Amino acid sequence: MPLLAVDGLRTHFATAGGVVRAVDGISFTIERGEVLGLVGESGCGKSVTSLSIMRLVPPPGSIVGGRIQLESDDLLGKDAEAMRRVRGARIAMVFQEPMTSLNPVFTIGDQIAAAVRAHAGGRRRAAWERAVDMLDRVQMPAPRDRARDYPHQLSGGLRQRAMIALALAPGPELLIADEPTTALDVTIQAQILDLLRRLQAQRGMAILLITHDLGVVAELCHRVAIIYAGRIVELAPTARIFDEPLHPYTRSLLRCLPHPSRFGQPLSSIEGAPPDLRQAAGGCRFAPRCPLAVESCRREEPPLVERRPGHFVACPVVSV
Amino acid sequence: MSVAAEAVLPAAARPRRRVSFRAVFGLGVLLVMGGSAVLAPQLAPWDPTRQMLLKRLRPPMWQERGLREHPLGTDHLGRDILSRILHGGRISLGVGLTAVTLSALIGVTLGLAAGFFGGRADTLIMRLVDVFLAIPYILLAMGVVFALGPSLLNVILVMGCTRWVQFARIVRADVLSIREREFVAGARARGNRPLRLLLRHVLPNALTPIIVVATLELAFMIIYESALSFLGLGVQPPTPTWGWMLSDGRNYVATAWWLATFPGLAIMLTVLAVNLLGDWLRDTLDPRLKV
Repeated sequence: MPLLAVDGLRTHFATAGGVVRAVDGISFTIERGEVLGLVGESGCGKSVTSLSIMRLVPPPGSIVGGRIQLESDDLLGKDAEAMRRVRGARIAMVFQEPMTSLNPVFTIGDQIAAAVRAHAGGRRRAAWERAVDMLDRVQMPAPRDRARDYPHQLSGGLRQRAMIALALAPGPELLIADEPTTALDVTIQAQILDLLRRLQAQRGMAILLITHDLGVVAELCHRVAIIYAGRIVELAPTARIFDEPLHPYTRSLLRCLPHPSRFGQPLSSIEGAPPDLRQAAGGCRFAPRCPLAVESCRREEPPLVERRPGHFVACPVVSV
Repeated sequence: MSVAAEAVLPAAARPRRRVSFRAVFGLGVLLVMGGSAVLAPQLAPWDPTRQMLLKRLRPPMWQERGLREHPLGTDHLGRDILSRILHGGRISLGVGLTAVTLSALIGVTLGLAAGFFGGRADTLIMRLVDVFLAIPYILLAMGVVFALGPSLLNVILVMGCTRWVQFARIVRADVLSIREREFVAGARARGNRPLRLLLRHVLPNALTPIIVVATLELAFMIIYESALSFLGLGVQPPTPTWGWMLSDGRNYVATAWWLATFPGLAIMLTVLAVNLLGDWLRDTLDPRLKV
């Protein structure tokens, strides 16, 4: 049984301008100890997917269909109190902005200790020691001193380490990392990715990594799901995505990366724009921008099919 | 700047915080005012209500016609000004503090609820705020005091229950922005209960404006109390209060300046001290400014 199974998830936003289908039928699974990357451009529905798993979709959004199973627990069937006990304890989240993700009026040690006590109880003193220990595990230099610092006294990288310590303190089985390195500069990015990989291996924790950065995916993920306009278009082991991408969107996306072999040439981009998510899709959502599109692409929505072992593609046209 | 230099020092090498003038002055004045209010019966040279018509409208002792036994002079009924100021402080400070506490309790609670839960709670509370703002608070106070009868407790209740809107509005506005910040979303994603989100993550971040409003309101309450007294709805004469002495002395300001000046100075010093203390407190409670 997979740790997390998302099946046909649909999350819509009822706005004044119409229903926005931000997530429209997304299915994937994460095994224990697996790192799955969720990749797509801005507004494709990756963050809404993660918020749906936490059941924290802000209004006017709501989950209108599908199933989310954490092992044998049906997350969408839980009442508010039961769901609250899942958050933090079994599924934790790390956000993009290390600047604003920590409460500015408490020291980071205080915040981690509070998270420890909220889940495991125990005495103040013991929780503080556990907080210092957590900071040590995320390789915070001089953890005992840093625990007494306020968030604004730390650099962006150290703050993101503190965020990770805070998320991991209750010992979650699944960590959702929403663009964890986007706000950091490159050297710090590498350190944080390295830290995440190490912690993941140590604890056998699963990670759902949400990013638009294919470089981050290559560093960390076992498998990758490429999302376009609220649907998964391709899902495969990381190496396969980079070596033999099948879906035309994935191929175009990879061509957009700068590469030494194309030195001197202008960077390529994908013609056109993503579709308006308020309109019900009649066919493949990428068809208007797709070089391979044929007549049937505009009529029928292609299902995600396993074209090679472990390699799922939502494109009937592409030859394998 | 020394502040910048301190910022880069490691925790162990940080110098001890300097003593702040605002804190010392504010706390000092408040302690003197509060202490003399508490000890007024022991400190005051005269009974504050004792009239000595033969010695009426005497100036302070350093002026011509001044008397040594009345250091700050006497009023138009021959009552000792110093004794009345000492005793008046009991009423003015006590009423001001309790009224501000009451109105802060009501206002902060309702403001938090309105800003954090939004929707119907917000609409209901903010319309109530509109109603309170639309009715002149003096008029409201008059109505209530007429109905309940003037007494110290009723005055405090009326003052607290009419000024809470100041807190409610400022707290709601602040909470609206704080609840959207990422650390609140993060705390929610860690499974914190709504009440805990509110009390640990939202309220502490909204404390700064609350403190500032509280200090301004304390000053206002002292004036408010005097206005009610002036209309005959506050604390009843001959009990001395600063506000009443001030309004009473206004009639003699051309011929006997000391009647209004000394209680006015007492109000000014107290309000200044409270404001300085509030200012210092705000800076100290804000960790971004704490080095």
